[in-house]
Amino acid sequence: MNKLLNRGSVPLHLMLIPAVALVFIFNYIPLFGIVIAFEKYIPARGVFHSKWVGFQNFTYLIHLPGTFQTLVNTLYISLMKIIAFIVVPVIFALLLNEVRNKLFKRSVQTIVYLPHFMSWIILSGILIDILSPSDGIVNMLLKSFGLKPIFFLGDVHWFPYVIVSSDLWKEFGFNTILYLAALTAINPTLYEAAKMDGAGRWRQTFHVTLPGIVPVIVLLATLSMGNVLNAGFDQVFNLYSPAVYQSGDILDTFIYRLGMLDAQYGVATAVGLFKSVVSFIFIAGSYALARKFADYRVF
Amino acid sequence: MTKHESPSYKLFLAFNYALLTAISLLCIFPLIHVLAISFSSSSAASANLVKFWPVGFTTKAYEYVLNKPEFMTALGVSLKRVMLGVVINMVLTILTAYPLARDPEKFRQRNAYAWYFFITILFNTGLIPWYMTIKTLGLTDSLWALVLYGAVPVFNVILLMNFFRQLPKEIEESAFLDGAGHMTNMWRIFVPLSAPSIATLTLFCIVGHWNSWFDGLILMNFPQHYPLQSYLQTVVVNIDTSLKSTRDIELLSIVNDRTSRAAQIFLASFPIIAVYPFLQRFFLQGMTLGSVKG
Repeated sequence: MNKLLNRGSVPLHLMLIPAVALVFIFNYIPLFGIVIAFEKYIPARGVFHSKWVGFQNFTYLIHLPGTFQTLVNTLYISLMKIIAFIVVPVIFALLLNEVRNKLFKRSVQTIVYLPHFMSWIILSGILIDILSPSDGIVNMLLKSFGLKPIFFLGDVHWFPYVIVSSDLWKEFGFNTILYLAALTAINPTLYEAAKMDGAGRWRQTFHVTLPGIVPVIVLLATLSMGNVLNAGFDQVFNLYSPAVYQSGDILDTFIYRLGMLDAQYGVATAVGLFKSVVSFIFIAGSYALARKFADYRVF
Repeated sequence: MTKHESPSYKLFLAFNYALLTAISLLCIFPLIHVLAISFSSSSAASANLVKFWPVGFTTKAYEYVLNKPEFMTALGVSLKRVMLGVVINMVLTILTAYPLARDPEKFRQRNAYAWYFFITILFNTGLIPWYMTIKTLGLTDSLWALVLYGAVPVFNVILLMNFFRQLPKEIEESAFLDGAGHMTNMWRIFVPLSAPSIATLTLFCIVGHWNSWFDGLILMNFPQHYPLQSYLQTVVVNIDTSLKSTRDIELLSIVNDRTSRAAQIFLASFPIIAVYPFLQRFFLQGMTLGSVKG
């Protein structure tokens, strides 16, 4: 019997060959490229023949004035996003949960989920148009109230908040899905019992509804810690400009400019390696926590 | 439920409906505004007369964009990319999810394989090593570059694997008794039983490939190899006037820059809007596909 089962696993190995090979080529081979971070890399010489410089790229970065600010910007934007994406979707899901009219509920969901499926190219094109200081409809509205126009995408003070709020616009609706699923899974008899005990609507919300979704909130909050160095490359890249580098330049855009525009491959890889290692610690840590406290298992 | 509500709760409900309506309108207005601009006359758009309804209705901007060879070339690249990419993604997702859904007691190496794939979610090698690998493989300027590096969507594999594991064991046991092998069990039993999940993941892949832009921008050296979103990045976001030919400048007196940008934005999001009703039907289920337990 045992022999039969072992023979039975041969087709399983065969099925896995293509995926194992492709992941090896595109996810494991680049690991060797990390060596570039310790080299004065010249593409014509390749990874093996470029000059080894040890930690020189890292010390160069520490002394570069923009590096620290970029890290601060990344953390500032990503932490604001992490908090906003816990608070806003939870509140929105709770409000939507009180709606009894099915058609209304469905319409609201249809509208707020839509931006999630559009690329940052499309949404940036729209934002650039509506936020334009001269022709944008937002500034036309401000002017009609007698206010001064604001150059939202070109102003160092406004830029991080525009990034967080426009990301909310794109994703908050989609982020309510798991909370709404958790809300429908709450046992209705709990509400009946609460009513029997004389609990009104507010008490039901605080003593039945909220505790019902707290595990999901805790789980998603934990998993979102993995994004601590992800301020959103796709979004920032398409909305920023040299005028807002001071508050808007993030690690990923910094890596892009160093590597793809300035051809400082060694230095760019060094920043990338720093980001990968720190992110790895946070992602692995968040999964470990979720596994320990919420019994969350990926596989 | 609605009968004996307290007055304060009724007040809350009214406020709630008003608030949710306002938020929804706020979400959709930017899209409607730019859509209205795309159908407005050049003069109305530059005079900022357009709000949420076209002023001086015209389809000139769309005619201009659809006659632009660069736009049509990029559209062709995108369509090819989506078709090739989605087929590769889905075949590999199913082929990989099936063995990973086996019981580790019966398929001893299952956990080792699962970690092999899962590690790619935990550790990202970064932009430069990724770019150098693809360049060394000689894939730049080829459509293969855009579909191969993400050929195995690990997250989707995990979702489908978790779905496969929830299927009742009795069905496959009887299939095996009837002499079916793993291949038959996978294609004839597992795949049909998880049709809604597979549809969801297929739609996710379509949207993912259609919306990708950064890979095209850096892996393609020639603009004629750009997929649509990469091309749009250069004309809508990163407005580069040097790319305009004299023909463009002549036409621009008729179809101003703003209306043509708006038209391109909507033409590029049209496929998304077209599949959106299907997406919506499936993704609620897809999102919760055994991903969160407890």
